[in-house]
Amino acid sequence: MPRQHMITPRQEQNIGYNLLRAVSLITVAPIVLMVIYIIIQGLPAISLEFLFSFPTDGMRAGGILPAIVGTLLLTLGTALFSVPLGIAAGIYIAEYASANRWTMLIRIAIINLAGIPSVVYGLFGLGLFVIFLQFGTSILAASLTLAIMTLPVIITTTEEALRSVPYAFRTVGLSLGATRWQTIWRVILPQATPGILTGVILGLNRAAGETAPILFTGAAFFLPRLPHSPLDATMALPYHIFVISTQVPGMPVQIQYGTVLVLLVFVLGMNLAATVVRSRARARRQW
Amino acid sequence: MKPTRTTLQSDRLINAVIRICGYSSIVFVTLILLFLLGEGLPALRVTSLRDLFGTIWYPNEALYGILPLIFGSLLVTVGAMLVALPFGLLTAVFISEVAPRWAKEGLKSLVEILAGIPSVVLGFVGILVVVPGLRRLLDLPTGLTAFTGALLLGLIAIPTVVSIAEDALNTVPTSYRHAALALGATPWQTIWGVTVPAARSGILTAVMLGVGRALGETMAVMMVTGNAPVLPTGLGALFQPVRTMTATIASEMGEVASGSAHYQVLFFIGILLFLVSLVINVAASAMTFRKRGRSERVLS
Repeated sequence: MPRQHMITPRQEQNIGYNLLRAVSLITVAPIVLMVIYIIIQGLPAISLEFLFSFPTDGMRAGGILPAIVGTLLLTLGTALFSVPLGIAAGIYIAEYASANRWTMLIRIAIINLAGIPSVVYGLFGLGLFVIFLQFGTSILAASLTLAIMTLPVIITTTEEALRSVPYAFRTVGLSLGATRWQTIWRVILPQATPGILTGVILGLNRAAGETAPILFTGAAFFLPRLPHSPLDATMALPYHIFVISTQVPGMPVQIQYGTVLVLLVFVLGMNLAATVVRSRARARRQW
Repeated sequence: MKPTRTTLQSDRLINAVIRICGYSSIVFVTLILLFLLGEGLPALRVTSLRDLFGTIWYPNEALYGILPLIFGSLLVTVGAMLVALPFGLLTAVFISEVAPRWAKEGLKSLVEILAGIPSVVLGFVGILVVVPGLRRLLDLPTGLTAFTGALLLGLIAIPTVVSIAEDALNTVPTSYRHAALALGATPWQTIWGVTVPAARSGILTAVMLGVGRALGETMAVMMVTGNAPVLPTGLGALFQPVRTMTATIASEMGEVASGSAHYQVLFFIGILLFLVSLVINVAASAMTFRKRGRSERVLS
């Protein structure tokens, strides 16, 4: 080597490794600190009354029931549209589509759907569902908007889950006289269910936490009652957090942190469920 | 057992339904583009292209110059990348090449948790903790600045950067590393001399998708950047309030009448965001497809 080294390669490696360790630690430290801080600050606010009653005094007191119910309804509404459609699309790509230009185009479309900023989905939902189809600012319009946003996650995980089922399963099914669909429905899908479920949970998880797509398609600042029909607007946890941290002056900090904690538990709980499903399926798999 | 006629018929029907669902993504992307164009392009009729790319955003006076918003987005995104790239890429290298199994699993699940935290929660923590903290620390008139937004956005972009870069490093064949080690390189030299260069196209994809993630982020940025649509001048702008394109749509769309000039201009900004994300994602995926082709040739 032409250059005179002040340190040996071994020392260099030690310094380098320690640097990598330090950087990784600094990267994840804010995550841990943030979650712990929210739990500590939010826990005192949590009570049955907080979870099951309406906000009072301009949201500065009382509970967050309508926001919790709203988020559950939106997540359910999203699932209603995106789960069947996304799984069917995943089945098409994994089991039916041949490697041609159209399939390439479908892939590019999915990649694009995944990359479109969430606020642009909001614009689209406003244009198509709220105004053009005249659903108004409603649970229906917001759910449909969130569903399209969730599709790419569900489609790609379904495709991966199906592809990981060994090819022999298909040949055996077909050789026993089952049709292509019977083979998929009775043999392949059951094997791929945990993988698909993981994708569904992760997709819905994202939908539950999103604010920008529902801003102008279904979110309400405050409602004195629970929504009666899919055409009603609704409060939702993420939007409520935005409202109480930027739009309501004199908001008690404890209620703010309490609301954030509820959303965090909801979202991280779903994340955890996805991880559990995935690892249990991996342990049980026989091929 | 032969399938009965009705099974075959219902099979054909199901196959048709599945095919239609398969093509739905193309339909949705097209619909999104059509609606954005339909609602946004008329903006060019009410204001000229020159006014649209003017330097003053003041809708009350019908001044729809989107340059301040574009620069706001650029400033915050560049700042976010200065945070996310070094931290994200080095973490990916550590996870993929150095970390023992327990640290690998731990780091990966923490990054996954971060990816799952809604951006409005990060914005909330930004407002309550980061904003007052920075104001005191840097002695600023307000903590609602581009810098605050960049910090949070950097954190938001990190999961994207880490997971894609780590995938890229993992797909580098182990034989490459073994060859380098057999030639007498230390593991450290192998990482930077062989593994990282071999994964460079995947790492570039990570960088691009990280940029896309940051540019498209809305809530956290809207909550902590102070919402001032002023054209940033010089580096000092990093410590002043700004307004991004996404935040402008989110904060103003609720109050405009549908079909008004203001409404159309907001959709026009949506078109720009759509096109930028289109270019970034197509370029990133083209790179992955091409890379796969090449490595298949090399390894076969």
